Amino acid sequence: MSYFGLTGNLLDVDLSTGKTSVSKVHRITYRMFLGGRGLATYILWRELGRKWRQVDPLSPENLLIVMTGPLTGYYPGIKLVVSGKSPQSNGVVGSAISTDVAYALKSAGYDGLIVRGASKDPVYIYVEDDKVEVRDAGRLWGLKGSEFLEALRKDLGRDLPSLYIGPAGENLVRTSVVMSRWFHAAGYGGYGAVMGSKKLKAIVVKGSGPLPKVANPEEFLKLRYEVLDKVSQRKTFRQWGTTAGLWSTGHDTSSEPIKNWIEEWHDNTEFSHVVMERKYWVKNPWADWGCPLACMKVSKVSIDGKTYYTDGPDYEMGAYLGSNLGVFKVEEATALSSLADELGLCGIQTGNALGFALELYERGYLSREDLGYELSWGDFKCLSRLLEDVAFRRGFGAVLAEGTYRAALKIAELKKVGVDELLQYAVQVKGVGVGAHGIRSRKDYPQPIAYAASVQGGDHTSVAGLPANSEESEAWAVLIDSGVVCMFTAIDDTTMIKYLNAVTGWNLSKEEFYGVIAPRILSLQRILLLLGGSDVVWDPRKHDDNPPRFYEPLPSGPYKGAKGDSEEVKSKLKEYYLSLGWDELGIPTEETLKKLGLYDAVEVVRNLRKELTT
Amino acid sequence: MIDYNLCTGCRLCEIACTLKHEGLIWPDASRIKVFEPYPGVPVPQVCVQCPDYPCVASCPTKALKVSDVSGAVLVDSALCTLCGNCVKACPGGIPRIVKGFSYVIICDLCGGDPACVKECSRVGYNALKLIKKPSSTTIKLYAKPPEVIAEDLKERVLGGE
Ligand code: SF4
Repeated sequence: MSYFGLTGNLLDVDLSTGKTSVSKVHRITYRMFLGGRGLATYILWRELGRKWRQVDPLSPENLLIVMTGPLTGYYPGIKLVVSGKSPQSNGVVGSAISTDVAYALKSAGYDGLIVRGASKDPVYIYVEDDKVEVRDAGRLWGLKGSEFLEALRKDLGRDLPSLYIGPAGENLVRTSVVMSRWFHAAGYGGYGAVMGSKKLKAIVVKGSGPLPKVANPEEFLKLRYEVLDKVSQRKTFRQWGTTAGLWSTGHDTSSEPIKNWIEEWHDNTEFSHVVMERKYWVKNPWADWGCPLACMKVSKVSIDGKTYYTDGPDYEMGAYLGSNLGVFKVEEATALSSLADELGLCGIQTGNALGFALELYERGYLSREDLGYELSWGDFKCLSRLLEDVAFRRGFGAVLAEGTYRAALKIAELKKVGVDELLQYAVQVKGVGVGAHGIRSRKDYPQPIAYAASVQGGDHTSVAGLPANSEESEAWAVLIDSGVVCMFTAIDDTTMIKYLNAVTGWNLSKEEFYGVIAPRILSLQRILLLLGGSDVVWDPRKHDDNPPRFYEPLPSGPYKGAKGDSEEVKSKLKEYYLSLGWDELGIPTEETLKKLGLYDAVEVVRNLRKELTT
Repeated sequence: MIDYNLCTGCRLCEIACTLKHEGLIWPDASRIKVFEPYPGVPVPQVCVQCPDYPCVASCPTKALKVSDVSGAVLVDSALCTLCGNCVKACPGGIPRIVKGFSYVIICDLCGGDPACVKECSRVGYNALKLIKKPSSTTIKLYAKPPEVIAEDLKERVLGGE
């Protein structure tokens, strides 16, 4: 029997020795973990699980995993998952990125790539079907995004699918990303720094073969056109993309980060997608491989004689580097997004850390002496300078380069103030800055436990919720990221599972997915998250919670006064854990582990529970 | 006919092409290729059936002939030796030599109802249109290497500093 929809092969590159090899993944392993995020979690558990807490995410011991899933290439829209032990959460984050590397890997004959060890000198990995080379990247190291793409294109004589890091990843900045195609990033997790720690500038893939055959071609084509037709009807999304959120998430649903989340509502019509559309979009719509939606745009703005390019900017980047920093000029938010892309910084995580610093500055915890310059809300000049300082770990930038949570620890130490006092202003969960969707107004999609219970911390693309066996729960993100497809072209769980079966020939049911497969993947992620280390370990009694800010009342807008309710959060957490077969601390019970076939986790979990209850 | 402004770079045309011809998703074997040397500047490229068919004339084994139905260039897989003459003769370098094929790949207009055009319109991008018997000027405008077209487009879309 062959692997329908899958190649069954993983490429393994050891940068310490320069050796490459190909290994087979058993069909049963795919059936248990699907692919993408699920399979990456399993590999990390298998290879590093025993010593997880000792593994420094930025040491050669960590693995960088790049994974497609059974739906990659077949389902309209394209994504790839980047994973490893996260230098932000110290757990596993399945970080999705739109990139043509995804189909190219499958065309080259691999479902994924595992990079281990670390090189002494800068290198990049070049894959062309069965030819795999570790090439010198000396002259590519240090280049910003667009410079890198230009140099690579000249070198190779053409454009090829690539993943790469900017200076931020090279400098081991924890808020750095893995980039692709100029503006695309695997943001959450901080895997740019993992690539940097391995001295790996890029992964370039050329595949010339076909994608593997599907199990049921007729059903596949039927479903394919069903999805194409539905998704291509999402006309407003095509016209404005997520950029529309700059206006609507603030104005309509009061859930947009404004000045480090002090507010979540605005009424500033200049801060909107329509202004971008009228003045700055030079290409709209723009699409990724196989995508019938085309939510992207290319924007071009000029400030002080300098030209900046980015996409939309997409909502998250625009909000976090715009309103969250008090920037309400769209051209400035666009320019800051462009800078982040060029430097290889995550707009969300870095914008979160910058917002935190701005508030501390305003409150007098930080001063001009710490920064070397004045900091103020909405000041484009100082903010663009601070972004650069973070990417190059210059001056105070080195503190913020650790991400909001770790920066709080450092500042507390430097300033001799209590950590909890500073953490009041840190809008993050388990080392991960919360995505740009608040929970206070309850008019946006995340539920009160969205971030508190997520196995990926503040990740807005992997939010927890009730009921646990529905698209409201984190299981839905597991399906999307293990499949691996784009959340914007996804229709619903029924279609997705049918699609999976048509491609792979499985007989997966919704019940099995929600009852066994999703809990299996989430349980492993949860265990690894609680193991944590090597620097920080999370305590569920303390850290399974919203950032303190979400318990403060909204100060303005139609939902003024709305705030999180900690009793409600506690009781919903309990309910959520119970439905996943976890105990009141959110640790999977022995019975659950056995039911999920995770026998080798029983011992680890016993120790975890002992540690937390004694 | 190709409208570069409308092309989103989605490559659904490539996918439709190989699903139709090979029953597989095989981006490298597509008869229409979308290049994107500069992000944001996609350049779809496909055979536009020049009136003088320089490729047909250049073929030493007579593997290429013109279809009387559609005007497309048809490849006789048994005769083609992959010598590459047609690729050189084509003003756009369009015929493709692909790993896994013993003959050159050229758009056959799907017998007159091209899958790529249908796909592109189906999702509402409308960057491709089929035109019967185009005038020679239309053709001259499209039969160029993608890099050349991309340079022009880049200037207009992305512009300078
Ligand atoms: S299907 Fe249309 S929009 Fe998509 S790449 Fe092809 S020509 Fe461009």
